[in-house]
Amino acid sequence: MLEVRQLSKVFFEQNDPSKPGLVALYDVSFSVRKNEFVCLLGPSGCGKTTLIRVIAGLIQADRGEIRVDGKPVTAPGRDRCMVFQQFGLLPWRTVLGNVEFGLEIDGIPREQRREISRRYLELVGLHGFENYYPHQISGGMQQRVGIARALSKEPDILLMDEPFGAVDAQTREQLQEELLKIWSKTDTTVIFVTHSIDESVYLSDRVIVMQSRPGRIKEEVRVELPRPRWEGDVKADPRFAELRARIRESLRG
Amino acid sequence: MALNALEQQALTDLDLSRARPFRLADRLGAVRVLSVGLLILAWEIFGRDVNPLFLSYPSAIARATMQLLTAGEFQRQALGSLQVYAIGLSAALLLGIALGLLMGRYRLAEYILDPYVYALDATPRVALIPLLLLWFGLGPMSKIAIVFLSGLFPVLMNTFSGVRTVSASLVEVGRAYGAGERNIFAKIILPASLPFIMAGIRLAVGRALIGIITAEMFAAVTGLGALLIRYSSALATDKFFVPVIFLAVLGVILSHAVELWEKRLAPWKETERAL
Amino acid sequence: MATPTDEQIIDELGLRRERARSIYDHPNLIRAASVLCFLALWEVYGRRSDPLLLTYPTAVFWAAIQLIRTGELLRQAAVSLATLGVGFGVSIALGVGLGLLTGRSRVAEAVLDPHLNALYATPQVALTPLLMMWLGLGFAVKVVIIFLFAFFPILINTTSGVKNVSASLVEVGHAYLASERQILFKVVFPAALPFIMAGIRLAVGRALVGMVVAELFTAITGLGAMLTLYGNLFETAKMFVVIVVFGLLGVGLIRATQALETRMARWKETERANR
Repeated sequence: MLEVRQLSKVFFEQNDPSKPGLVALYDVSFSVRKNEFVCLLGPSGCGKTTLIRVIAGLIQADRGEIRVDGKPVTAPGRDRCMVFQQFGLLPWRTVLGNVEFGLEIDGIPREQRREISRRYLELVGLHGFENYYPHQISGGMQQRVGIARALSKEPDILLMDEPFGAVDAQTREQLQEELLKIWSKTDTTVIFVTHSIDESVYLSDRVIVMQSRPGRIKEEVRVELPRPRWEGDVKADPRFAELRARIRESLRG
Repeated sequence: MALNALEQQALTDLDLSRARPFRLADRLGAVRVLSVGLLILAWEIFGRDVNPLFLSYPSAIARATMQLLTAGEFQRQALGSLQVYAIGLSAALLLGIALGLLMGRYRLAEYILDPYVYALDATPRVALIPLLLLWFGLGPMSKIAIVFLSGLFPVLMNTFSGVRTVSASLVEVGRAYGAGERNIFAKIILPASLPFIMAGIRLAVGRALIGIITAEMFAAVTGLGALLIRYSSALATDKFFVPVIFLAVLGVILSHAVELWEKRLAPWKETERAL
Repeated sequence: MATPTDEQIIDELGLRRERARSIYDHPNLIRAASVLCFLALWEVYGRRSDPLLLTYPTAVFWAAIQLIRTGELLRQAAVSLATLGVGFGVSIALGVGLGLLTGRSRVAEAVLDPHLNALYATPQVALTPLLMMWLGLGFAVKVVIIFLFAFFPILINTTSGVKNVSASLVEVGHAYLASERQILFKVVFPAALPFIMAGIRLAVGRALVGMVVAELFTAITGLGAMLTLYGNLFETAKMFVVIVVFGLLGVGLIRATQALETRMARWKETERANR
């Protein structure tokens, strides 16, 4: 359903727009099936964030194209929605107001968007926190708001840019599990950027390993661990350790 | 950061044309110059058509400048203004810093003085000009007084809040090393509040300039302010712009000078901010 | 055994003592004493001085009663406040409007910046004679002078507020398909609001100065004109009444904008405190 074809992106120097500063993406191609959970994994500077931002339509690629259901996309659209690394919450809006933001832009009437927002807040376990301001709740809760805001738009593809990078380890595991639970209830496709090997193996059906300079795909690794993964201790499964070792090796080489 | 071989290869493959399409945002310097140039040009062209009693134009102002400078009148008045300005401002800085330190450090001094300081700070100082002229006459004394009052409060208020912000932990460090009150004042409080004091001075320099011009305009006897009134009542708009431009340049130079001075006196503050 | 409460521990150790009384327990008493002493001295000294030059508190009080009874004070104050309101309103509208424009568009900034900077560097008061020549001595010229005094702090703060809006918030807007307009009103403006309010707080004092300057020079109506009038008549007590009114206006306006600022930027305040 999502196809990335020979995508390339070069960043030029800020003060000398004719001088190339970084080849962020070079000839990147892959495709994602409907309802698949794909992780983009790599060291910093490998272009994974650039890639997801191009897919989101926030920046333009220099070469190549992106197709969703066969139609090329170059700008943000209703079919895709982004969850940001630093949450991207508007600090002057309450939790409820933040979830409503996307619906408000779509011009959905007040009563209706209230109701939708409350439903999604409940889904991410934030019932009762509607009137808090972002700075009054923890980082983990803030990202739940970010997720609720993205889900409320019911996108076909959920784009997540290191969404759990800014929260502590314990909260992170909890959020991973909840994300899997929510995903299992919907038919959303997820593209998830991370630099944690464990996170990528635990969450995804497929890990796309990237490397830097120029930013490109190293290899794709299928993760054929049983689902649901939150029951039992999937991380103790020998296949988990095997995949982890294999990806680590790939990242190193 | 230089590109590595693989990246160079990738660039060649991609064959991105190096020349970006023309964008105004890439040529901001040119836009600035053009904007100023066009305005001056338009002023010159249209200014000639306007009645010279109402608006002059650049070349006429340039001619008037030469004329005033050769006559020497302008320099004499400017010098008079600057002397008054320097005396009043120095007094304001000295007393402002002293009172600010005193009020910041001693609560008794704060409570005794702060009703007046807050009241006078909130009162527009220009409102005192008629009163000061009444008291001190039309000579330099009344102008020194207004410059002093205009410059005093920004310095005083900033010094005061600077001393207040000096964290108790720094003072504690001083005490732990056995410093007496004098040393704590000279080695901890003064340097730590220096950036605040300098910010106050920067404000004071501008306010005092406004103070002196207003006073001179009101008294209309000597100084640049009096020249402004004289030329405008004589409807000599070309001459009128000469002191205006001089004052604008003076304002810019003074505030840059204070900024430079600030950086020299408190260089650690800059890096601290950047961190 | 249950853990003893703090209270019990304090009792057990015999620490419950009356705290020694300090003069600092009641700062307002010190302030009141300071003000009363000053007024008393002024009264005694002032009565002995030449009434043409120096007045004394009770004389000022009676002058105030007289000016209120004749209705003159309120009438002139109403005129002043109306001009101030219009001038300040225009400053806010244009300052915020242009600030949003120059903050959002680098090309607009490059076009406008040199002119705005030049105008800002010029002590605005120096332009009053020219403005009076152009616009006469009426309402319009006062509004323009107030505008020139108050406009720049609002403009500068709005611009830097808009530039400070984090790019990632704007990006959130783009990701959620917001139009340029929606981004301006739903993201940029609320994010810059604390800066804008700080600019408005700075500007209100300057607007008041502008009002005084305008009225001193036009000298026809308003509180400032009263000041000129009674200065020429050597009625010092009445001059003091007007100066006190200016002081009260200054305090009142600054307090009011401060209150507004904390209200409208509440999320910012607490956000800062939490870090």
